Amino acid sequence: MAPFAGYMMPLNYGDGALKEHMACREGAAIFDVSHMAQLDITHASGTASPILAALEGLIPANLIDLPAGKQRYGLFLNAQGGIIDDLMVINAGDYVRLVVNAACAEKDQNWLQAQLSGFKITRLQRALVAVQGPAAADVVAAHILLPENMAFMGVATSQFAEQDIQLSRSGYTGEDGFEISLPEDIAEAFVTALCDDGRVKMAGLVARDSLRLEAGLCLYGQDMDENISVAAASLEWAIPKIRRIGGARAGGFIGAEHTLPELQDGAAMCRIGVLAPKGVPPRSGALIFDAETDGNQIGLVTSGAPSPCVGQPVAMVRVVGEAAIDGPLFAEVRGKRLALERAKMPFVAHRFYRGGGKGA
Amino acid sequence: MEKFTQEHEWIRLDGDIATIGITDHAQSELGDIVFVELPEIGTKVSSGGEMATVESFKAASSVYAPVTGEVVEVNETLGDDPAQVNTEPMGTGWFVKVKMDDVSQLDTLMDEAAYLALVS
Repeated sequence: MAPFAGYMMPLNYGDGALKEHMACREGAAIFDVSHMAQLDITHASGTASPILAALEGLIPANLIDLPAGKQRYGLFLNAQGGIIDDLMVINAGDYVRLVVNAACAEKDQNWLQAQLSGFKITRLQRALVAVQGPAAADVVAAHILLPENMAFMGVATSQFAEQDIQLSRSGYTGEDGFEISLPEDIAEAFVTALCDDGRVKMAGLVARDSLRLEAGLCLYGQDMDENISVAAASLEWAIPKIRRIGGARAGGFIGAEHTLPELQDGAAMCRIGVLAPKGVPPRSGALIFDAETDGNQIGLVTSGAPSPCVGQPVAMVRVVGEAAIDGPLFAEVRGKRLALERAKMPFVAHRFYRGGGKGA
Repeated sequence: MEKFTQEHEWIRLDGDIATIGITDHAQSELGDIVFVELPEIGTKVSSGGEMATVESFKAASSVYAPVTGEVVEVNETLGDDPAQVNTEPMGTGWFVKVKMDDVSQLDTLMDEAAYLALVS
């Protein structure tokens, strides 16, 4: 167990993090992510549209066109363009639900309340369970009714133990899967039921971190924070054309003055993926140099770990812009410099369910 | 007859050569071990000084020398199969052999019963 955002959370369960990691890639893994904050935003009109329009002033995403029953990734930025948090925005039809990082929840809620007048923001006391892996749909469908052909980022309601639950086809491992929001009093029974399937393992913080790293996904507080811009975190993909310079709804969000020019001109730093030689993994905080001896410090490792699926350590590094393209890269670990090789992310291909089949 | 340290290492003495590894409790706390960085043969180690580093799936941990002396052998097989530390921590998963300067240094360490009481 380890303290995490004010909660005691398991680093791993009985079989160890490595087996949990592989269960997610080969079968299914269940993560208790109830610590993440679910914030519901409502408006007197009883519809999501005015809420989504207002959120466009805070999040550089296309939210006005987000259909009911869909969710989208977004970022809160400060006036300097630094990242306050990353989050999911769910259009639930008559309200909007945000899922934000646990460590940022209070800060986010206060900030939202200050920015949005005329909207009610409530933090839910509900459990959140992620079921991830190639067998996830199968495992979940054995216990709840899944909507036909529910694709990646789709959101729907279903029932368990005669109570309403909300599920989205999403997650943070690169695999197909679901994030399921349900009343606290049925959460344990739900997870216990899913665990009856032999392909399923409970997974802790360590596997969650190694899986999201293999999937090339950023962790708030590590790969991005309030001093890192969207371009420096290489999260340009999170900002659609319509909100960029020249787009129909360009700008109009807090931090736009700093963010948008950087998307065109590039930032001083950027995030790239690297492979390290078998053996010592360069981990978060290790410094990056441009030579095996002496040379200049040109960046640092923001996330790094052994990758069971790649077969050698992988890392995300934040380096000066030029170093993203070419030139030698070395990570310094315990006084030794390890030669790094640039690699495309994700390190392990995403296998989201994009629709087309039955979906379960 | 093994001796044990507060830092969860075991020491087995043969003449003045101490074979050193980490305990079952230590490997279980560390989790899946993916790499062990061992000292070079000939390195002088002193009790309490850093001797090796264990990289588990989740983190890097230092291993401190439980005795003073010179490293005369290291377990090369851990290079290809670091998981031996998980499966056979007190057998094939040993780390190093150290020629001790003074074997009486072991007198202050715990015997197995005392160690098991510590970790239970």
